[in-house]
Amino acid sequence: MKIIACIKQVPDSEAKVRAEGGQVSWGDAPLVINPFDEYAVEGALQQKEATGGTVTALCIGPESAKEALKHALAMGVDDAILVSDPGLNNIDSVGAARILAAAIQKIGGVEMVVFGRQTLDNGSGLTPTQTARVLGWPMLGLAGQIKVDAAAGSVQVERVIEEGRQIVKAKLPAVVSVVQSIGEPRYPSFMGIRKASKAEIPVWSLSDLGTSAPAPLVTRTELMNPPSRESKVEIITGESPAQIAEKLADKILAEKVL
Amino acid sequence: MKTFVYIDHFKGEAQPASWEALGLAKTFGEATALVFGSGVDEMVKAAFGYGADEVLLADDSALLDYRAETYASTLSALASSLSPDLILFPTTTRTREFAAMAAVDLNSNVITDATAVEVSGDTILVTRPIYEAKLFEKVTASGKPQLITLRGRAFPKPEQQEGKTGTITKVDAKTDALTSVEGYSVAEVGVSLNDAGIIVSGGRGVSNNPSLQPPAGLDDKQAEIWKAQQGFKLVGELASVLGGAVGASRAAVDAGYIPYSNQVGQTGKVVAPDLYIAAGISGAIQHLAGIRSAKMVVAINKDADAPIFKVARYGVVGDLFVIVPALTEAFKKKLGK
Repeated sequence: MKIIACIKQVPDSEAKVRAEGGQVSWGDAPLVINPFDEYAVEGALQQKEATGGTVTALCIGPESAKEALKHALAMGVDDAILVSDPGLNNIDSVGAARILAAAIQKIGGVEMVVFGRQTLDNGSGLTPTQTARVLGWPMLGLAGQIKVDAAAGSVQVERVIEEGRQIVKAKLPAVVSVVQSIGEPRYPSFMGIRKASKAEIPVWSLSDLGTSAPAPLVTRTELMNPPSRESKVEIITGESPAQIAEKLADKILAEKVL
Repeated sequence: MKTFVYIDHFKGEAQPASWEALGLAKTFGEATALVFGSGVDEMVKAAFGYGADEVLLADDSALLDYRAETYASTLSALASSLSPDLILFPTTTRTREFAAMAAVDLNSNVITDATAVEVSGDTILVTRPIYEAKLFEKVTASGKPQLITLRGRAFPKPEQQEGKTGTITKVDAKTDALTSVEGYSVAEVGVSLNDAGIIVSGGRGVSNNPSLQPPAGLDDKQAEIWKAQQGFKLVGELASVLGGAVGASRAAVDAGYIPYSNQVGQTGKVVAPDLYIAAGISGAIQHLAGIRSAKMVVAINKDADAPIFKVARYGVVGDLFVIVPALTEAFKKKLGK
């Protein structure tokens, strides 16, 4: 089975992200593979192990995003493709979906596309579903478990939703997004890291995809740091836990938040 | 402004944040509620009660189970023929999906997780958190209709009026499906974090109760998880007395103490309770961002230097295994439970 894992590069989750002069700044924090996309790579590799085939990691981003693809290679994907073009600097989720769909069509013969549930930067989680819609493929979102029936050409997932789990089935090709229950992402192996460091990652431009830059439908007008919420904490003390609890309960009740 | 509001539901049970969306729509003028499903008359009634002037009802057995593609096609067909300016949704796993698909059909896009919506003339400006709520952005969409999902508890819930009715217009369901629903296992969810007015959360610290002796035969990891589960029982008892939900830090979730669905912060689960009690949570940057919209934070931690105290109104420097049960008892007494 030919599987694509879509990934993105984002500032590390530990970064102190700030708005500076209308731009997002993450100081000297590293750029890393989006943590949710490590689960996508893990889910894709599990399917390859179960049914055979290949996994290709696909990423839209600047030249530096090759580092995120190298992480996927080190985890064990077979190859990687970067889509990079100055025209893609301001795309929104629908734009990204159209570009990813074009790349998936160009790769050809793809049976499953795996995404992480959302990215840490924008966080809207729209792109996986929109890619499925552009391709006209079924979307199986928020999968905690994937089972492919290669003979029947179908895939069944257990979706993790607010209310519990929903079992949904579809014909391949299909788009799947995964949640953490898919399993802890494997660590890059020593061999994988060596392979990744030597890998030549092809870069596709918009003209390679035979398309133009999609105009963003959503534009940012302002970027704001959240209001500071540092508050002077009042530490509750007392002779005994019961007395501390008594005092704290009275304070909370007096705030009328219950 | 012609505004539609989608009433989200699971098996006919409306998501309360749908009413908040209806309340916001009413501030712009008349509001039309969209109800999709099968046998959903109760929701139609409730939509009128919460302020809908009209309900567009797609009642079809093919819509009994939510599926992204059928709900999306039903929505985009409606929007194409009726040309609303704005469609509001509560943010749920379902709306995030099918609104996204409908946007592709409508050559528009969705703005998710709105915490504020300002309308001036034809322009709609939406405030939303990004980078795990470390930043906020204001955005505007150029497509029509604009599709906006609202974050739970960011907008006031309107009062329900008894016996209010309005026009019900039946609309066609689009039933071309690419997926089939094979079954459900519905969890004992209790109060959802998104809708919770009160959240009591546990962190990595819940597994450190030195006075507990795990049952024989467990390896170290199993013993740690067993201890953590005893710790979360205490957290759960306090939440239950207060009628709140149980949350957890990423560290507690990653350590396997409690399911991912309970995680606050990082997954975009930004919560906005009136009261947030953090037990044994040190306060990693993502966690602090995730609870920024809480009205009041109370921290219980044995480390007086833990960052959580910087955002707390009240704090107790002490052992959560002693303080949390004592607090549960104190509230039981004071609330007459």
